[in-house]
Amino acid sequence: MENPTNLKYSKDHEWLKEEGDKVTVGITYFAQDQLGSLVFVNLPEVGDEITKGEPFCDVESVKAVSDVYSPVSGIVSAINEDLLDNPEKINDDPYDAWFIQVEQITETEELLTAEQYEDFCKEEA
Amino acid sequence: MAYLLNTDKQVQEMLDTVGMSSLNELYSHMPKELMIDGLDIPAALGEIDILRNFQNFADKNKVFTSIFRGAGAYRHYIPAVVPEMANKERFKTAYTPYQAEVSQGTLQSIFEFQTMICEITGMDVSNASVYDGGSAAAEAVAMCRDRKKRRAYISAGVNPLVQATVKTYSWSYNAPIEILPQTSEGLVDTEALANIDQKDVAAVLIQQPNYYGLIEDVPKIVEVAHSKGIKVIVSVNPIAAALLPSAGECGADVAVGEGQPLGLPLGFGGPYLGFMACKKSLLRAIPGRIVGETTDDQGRRAYVLTLQAREQHIRRETAGSNVCSNQALCAITASVYMAAVGPRGMEDVAKQCYNKAHYLANKLQEAGFKLRYSVPFFHEFVTESPVDTAKLMAHLERHGLLGGLPLNDGGILWCATEMNTKTEMDTLVDLCKEVN
Amino acid sequence: MKLLFEKSIENRRTHYLSACDVPDVELPIKRKTPLGLPQLSETDVTRHYSELESNTFGINDGFYPLGSCTMKYNPKINDKISGLPGFTDIHPLQPQSTVQGLFEALDTAGQYLSEITGMYAMSFQPAAGAHGELASLMMFKKYFEERGETDRVKVIVPDSAHGTNPATVHMCGMKIINLPSNADGCIDLDQLRAVVGPDTAGIMLTNPNTLGIFEEDILEITKIVHNAGGLCYYDGANLNAIAGIMRPGEMGFDCIHLNLHKTFSTPHGGGGPGSGAIGCKEFLYKYLPGPQIVKEGDSYSFKDYEGSIGQILAFYGNTLISLRALAFIMAYGKDGLPIMSKHAVLNANYMKHRLSERFEIFNKGLCMHEFVITMEREAKGSNFTAKDMAKAILDEGMMAPTMYFPLIVKEALMVEPTETEGKETLDRVIDTYISIYDKVMKENTLAGQFPKNTIIGRPDEVGAARNPIVRYSNPNNI
Repeated sequence: MENPTNLKYSKDHEWLKEEGDKVTVGITYFAQDQLGSLVFVNLPEVGDEITKGEPFCDVESVKAVSDVYSPVSGIVSAINEDLLDNPEKINDDPYDAWFIQVEQITETEELLTAEQYEDFCKEEA
Repeated sequence: MAYLLNTDKQVQEMLDTVGMSSLNELYSHMPKELMIDGLDIPAALGEIDILRNFQNFADKNKVFTSIFRGAGAYRHYIPAVVPEMANKERFKTAYTPYQAEVSQGTLQSIFEFQTMICEITGMDVSNASVYDGGSAAAEAVAMCRDRKKRRAYISAGVNPLVQATVKTYSWSYNAPIEILPQTSEGLVDTEALANIDQKDVAAVLIQQPNYYGLIEDVPKIVEVAHSKGIKVIVSVNPIAAALLPSAGECGADVAVGEGQPLGLPLGFGGPYLGFMACKKSLLRAIPGRIVGETTDDQGRRAYVLTLQAREQHIRRETAGSNVCSNQALCAITASVYMAAVGPRGMEDVAKQCYNKAHYLANKLQEAGFKLRYSVPFFHEFVTESPVDTAKLMAHLERHGLLGGLPLNDGGILWCATEMNTKTEMDTLVDLCKEVN
Repeated sequence: MKLLFEKSIENRRTHYLSACDVPDVELPIKRKTPLGLPQLSETDVTRHYSELESNTFGINDGFYPLGSCTMKYNPKINDKISGLPGFTDIHPLQPQSTVQGLFEALDTAGQYLSEITGMYAMSFQPAAGAHGELASLMMFKKYFEERGETDRVKVIVPDSAHGTNPATVHMCGMKIINLPSNADGCIDLDQLRAVVGPDTAGIMLTNPNTLGIFEEDILEITKIVHNAGGLCYYDGANLNAIAGIMRPGEMGFDCIHLNLHKTFSTPHGGGGPGSGAIGCKEFLYKYLPGPQIVKEGDSYSFKDYEGSIGQILAFYGNTLISLRALAFIMAYGKDGLPIMSKHAVLNANYMKHRLSERFEIFNKGLCMHEFVITMEREAKGSNFTAKDMAKAILDEGMMAPTMYFPLIVKEALMVEPTETEGKETLDRVIDTYISIYDKVMKENTLAGQFPKNTIIGRPDEVGAARNPIVRYSNPNNI
């Protein structure tokens, strides 16, 4: 699957969409492919403070639980509640299945372009 | 020797294959100083003498023909079919059903157990069982806690041994636990509950019927607790639950209990059966194994262990509990009991317990044993004793009767079940009258 | 097959009680929701459970080599002795003077197990291995609390450990230090030295470890932890390799748990009840859970020690299970137990040796009572995974080995034959494994197709977890 060029990517395999002072975060195609069929996602609550480089939620497959790391520091302003009932959407269309929106961002880690991220994934694989 | 199979000749062939000359060589790479020179235990016994030894141990225990003691362990009638089915060799010897394709029997039986526990408790979700009623209560308190709410309350009317278990687990987890007082009538003090500072309180644990046999006003307790954002865990007696409003009906969040009354022998306290059930919203918080329904690769109905990502073998140090095994064989026993006796039978058992406890209470009152509480009770009740309790119990024991449990404050906690005949109860009361 | 609930017929029942012989009394409140249990005759019930039993794979249905689970034969005499009414029909709160025989039996079992493990005393209160772990770590916590060393909150656990170890640490409010194993799968002494310190509460170790390898540096390991002021806990899951040959107590362990349902043959019951007896050195005795059985003169009684961590169950453990372990020890006796362990180790080494013709084995040298096959090469090269191999084995009327454990070995299959298998069975099993291997390696497309002969095919585990159905719902009530 193509990684959309309008998004930015972290080395922990999250994608980010920046709109004004708000950022939307999800996990990449590569990440969901590595995790396998997801059965549950444990999202933070609106208002939670999240920190760059630290886990902000976890995703479950049948045999594993994996933390999802935040590429930014800020306050969670919205969560995609649809994923709680339909975690398969993350596997079906990872770039539509956003996890959270973050505002009041104080810090952002170094991000990659789609092209840089593809190279990064090739090294990881 | 005992249960070994390989003969000396086979052992030699195997040693030759792996290139060794003796069995000891298998340990040749180990630190020499650790190798021990013989065990100081008796030599092997034949089965005939093993049985003799155990018969000898068993004979030194007294089996009471009449038991009027409960306090968390209850003597009920166990239909012959129950141990016969539950102790089938495959159920007894199988491992945890990780390989679903060859474990549908165990898995389906647990799925049925979960359903029956949901029916008894009025809840949406049950796990596959935990060790006993005490650890079930402790796990329930833990599952209700979160980062912000770590404090929990236990009603003073909860079985003291269950209270003690919950306290041990809470101390271990560095989480505060408080006692919720009871009224002079022996019930949960809902005013005290209304007055607690709920800031960091996750849950309150109550028991129905409570330790003194009294029937709590669970809906009222739930109303007060929920108004303060506190979850309610009810420890229920599964026999009483056949007649009393279910925990779910009363609005509780979690129901736990000791499943021993459902076909398990007294067995000096174990193995017993802790059951845990909850509302759907707590599905992912409940610890332990859970069996779920699914389909196989040909679309046939199948059962598997599911939601395993909550458990210790996947989540490791972030798991909510370390619990690994369940009490599967005890769960099957309880399931066979509930299936054989059925809903009407369970109601009959419960009703006979209720009737007989009330008959016994009346008779004891006539003999001068004053009832301590005046509110409705189920199949246990507390009396004061007009005579020295120790003397009374010794007198009953001499006649093969196990009397009620002497409480620390001089009271006696009596219990009657369907096992106690009218004649037996009359004899008990007559014997009580003989003591002065 | 149908569920009990689907076989239910309104008003069908079997009566077990006679009419009530005392007056009827009205209940003050009653449940409103009907009790939705199945309505069946005893015939229905027996047929149902007979069918369920036939859909269950028991220990006597065939080879059962679950690594780390010690699925040995469960002697029938154990059932008989634990079923004596003198044990089954005694109330946990009846006077202690009336359960002297039980106390004597448990005290005897405690003495034998202490002798076998090099401990001062045993407690039978823990209901399972994980429960024994929890009790042991609680004892460590209490010990340090009493000594005022409350900074000791870190527990070292190797990355090869069973998941219960780290989860137990968490339940004790302590912090886990994950210790990466060295290339051989053992403790790296330098790494261990680097992590111990004034905040160390202790270490949790299985020896032989979960790879079936004996930690040869064990004396040095326990010394490092003790010198740092920490305590050493022995996970007895793998005692079957060394019973009567070496004592954990002499390896330097302060506290142990035993899975009586493994080494000492009490049944697994399809997942429990087990018994997780724990033992400790004298300086930890008073911290043991619940009351202790003590002998004064000729009589036994329960004694509560100040300092005890307290109750971890309402009553005193899975007694009827613990008694079976005593019967088992009596059957082997002083000379038999070490031979039992040697046979278990020989069986494992024999299988390992012969299987290494085809399979890649993680254990390089001698193994103890179990060994680990890795299918990483086949999974990568031929899309033939450990799971595929396991499912193919099920088709041959045998239980599969433990899959995907320990976590540090990729595509792991962990094989523990135990001592209760004869060479002729091992030979047949080995031939079967090799023939499956050759068949699949020749024709890769077969790999994902097993099992074919079992009562169901591979279940949809993803579907089960995404849309959990965890109880039966009567379609007529929805």
